[in-house]
Amino acid sequence: MSPRYKLSQVDALEAESIHIMREAVAESERPVLLFSGGKDSAVVLHLARKAFHPARVPFPVMHIDTGHNFPEVIDFRDRQVDRLGAELIVVSVQDAIDQGRVVEERGRNASRNRLQIEPLVSAIEEHGFDVVFGGARRDEEKARAKERVFSFRDEFSQWDPKAQRPELWDLYNSRIRRGEHVRVFPISNWTESDIWGYIGAQEIELPSIYFAHRRRVFTRDGMLMAESDHIAMTGDEDVEERTVRFRTVGDMPVTGAFESTATTVAEILEEISATRITERGASRADDRMAEAAMEDRKREGYF
Amino acid sequence: MELVRLATTGSVDDGKSTLIGRLLHDTKQIFVDQMEAIEEASRQRGTDYVDLALLTDGLRAEREQGITIDVAYRYFSTPKRSFILADTPGHIQYTRNMVTGASTADVALILVDVRNGVIEQTRRHSFIASLIEVPHLVVCVNKMDLVDWSQDAYDEVVAEFRDFATRLNISDLRFVPVSALTGDNVVDHSANMAWYHGPSVLELLEEIHISSDRNLIDVRFPVQYVIRPHTMEHQDYRGYAGQVASGVLKEGDEIVVLPSGYETTIASIDTFDGPVAEAVPPMSVVIRLADDLDVSRGDMIARPNNQPHNGQDLDVMVCWMSDDRSLRVGNKLAIKHTSNWARVVVKECNYRLDINSLHRVEDVDELTLNEIGRFQLRSTRPLLFDEYRRNRATGSFILVDEATNDTVGAGMILGRSQ
Repeated sequence: MSPRYKLSQVDALEAESIHIMREAVAESERPVLLFSGGKDSAVVLHLARKAFHPARVPFPVMHIDTGHNFPEVIDFRDRQVDRLGAELIVVSVQDAIDQGRVVEERGRNASRNRLQIEPLVSAIEEHGFDVVFGGARRDEEKARAKERVFSFRDEFSQWDPKAQRPELWDLYNSRIRRGEHVRVFPISNWTESDIWGYIGAQEIELPSIYFAHRRRVFTRDGMLMAESDHIAMTGDEDVEERTVRFRTVGDMPVTGAFESTATTVAEILEEISATRITERGASRADDRMAEAAMEDRKREGYF
Repeated sequence: MELVRLATTGSVDDGKSTLIGRLLHDTKQIFVDQMEAIEEASRQRGTDYVDLALLTDGLRAEREQGITIDVAYRYFSTPKRSFILADTPGHIQYTRNMVTGASTADVALILVDVRNGVIEQTRRHSFIASLIEVPHLVVCVNKMDLVDWSQDAYDEVVAEFRDFATRLNISDLRFVPVSALTGDNVVDHSANMAWYHGPSVLELLEEIHISSDRNLIDVRFPVQYVIRPHTMEHQDYRGYAGQVASGVLKEGDEIVVLPSGYETTIASIDTFDGPVAEAVPPMSVVIRLADDLDVSRGDMIARPNNQPHNGQDLDVMVCWMSDDRSLRVGNKLAIKHTSNWARVVVKECNYRLDINSLHRVEDVDELTLNEIGRFQLRSTRPLLFDEYRRNRATGSFILVDEATNDTVGAGMILGRSQ
């Protein structure tokens, strides 16, 4: 067979993701894309541009702003949305706290991670979104390894892992009743190195914190945390400036950095192929809490 | 690098988890923190060995009950290929999960305990793989360490399997003697079985020729979405987005749009990165036509001299997946086939297949959870389809309960109803 008929693995994954996005849009009335500003959501946004080209991306972009974001990520978000000409919906966790809809956690490991759930679910209800795109990957975490590409949510946005619809061939079932919605994960089958390979090949822009930079950090639970107004330090934690980068993008108080000199995608890929720690294990305090931390959050409506 | 999709299934005892654990471990896909977590969990449960099944059992109920509930997807790669492995449990919801995992697979991995040979479970696995037309079947004859690496024991199992497989439709059947526990012939060649000169499991997975499994003959392009930008720059643009199901589409080709039957030519095949001269499966592209036709989602582009069937009466094999209700004559259900939704009514139940004996059980009037049977369906409007054995994409469908919206059945089209 002619080699020109062969598709590389990234081309095959891209084709699958585009098919998923088109299918979800074709079968929904009010889709939206959840955008965290992280590399995975940057890839999903890029895929959305490709799927509907030369038309504009046919849905708004929604960001859950915890108020604890890295400023570099907010800048990145605004630049991306501007370039697309898309509508940006910002859902504020701070507003939810101020209105008493959620209560701020206290203590040393307080985070706003869980507090995102209520504002997210309320925003989906308020806007009547029936398809919500997310950038989750199955290789990230073991509860996610079992989630469908089209993942049904009831009127309370709950995920029931034991009552998932079988998903066969590339025939996705998006049928829902009023008030329910479907979370759609177009990059379910991508791995971390697929993502980086694609970012390199397609020259996808990312927030600067993914690349090595000088930053004031301190050590907590074996991770380097960025100094910021959002994290309370104890007396024995010393801040020093180091050359670091971040492997995932979450809230400042829960996202750990690590020492790295990788300033290009190629260098990052090299670094990843040598690493022996998963990206969530390495950098996310929120996932270290309990073996079922992700499953529990997802059941309540987390992405 | 090529992407290969695998499906594997089995129960706790046959060494499947150990084999997968080996593949992941020996290709260096298990990370230190994952290994530490499962070592800790194994210790807490009081098991003597590191239970690699804990890697895939991601849900709380699974860990609590020590069972696998659902299809889990695992990823590993070698310098040559990248693999997606659909790992399905052997005990509960067995058929439903295996059919799901097999539906996208290029290769099915089946484990046989060399001491037991071909048992009922092996028959079921192989039969489902053959029914779903997984193009390649790799039988891992496992636990060779427990029979002193005996070639005779291996040959006996191979002969037994080949004899049984003559009743199935398997286009490519391979055997490898392995010990998942010790790693012999999983990734590296076994020093204990000098009599075996073939590849290890991983080498086989790296070598199996999968790109020729695609149907590159029959042009089928289900229209998924119509792209009309309505921007100043692209005022008159009208493109038909979709994924090539089969065949090779080229710019300038004469095509027919179905069901309308209008003929025209392909003006261009567009992508974000620019136009391409031709498109093959599974590319996602946008097709523009030379004439301004009324084309919408659910239509199909084919060649005038090679068209799919267009009809309402379907002869099908159904795997039933609902625990809440059965499938009976007279039932009405929603059907999704390519990019089309329609409704069907069940006209006739021909037989149920006993997946252990492969016998046809006639005089049945319903299909219950995990059963497979042959039915005649009539759809509310014409569908554009091919026989499943010729075309997975245009020969497959799902059935959806209209009251609950659950996916309750998976189907393969055998042809038109007679």
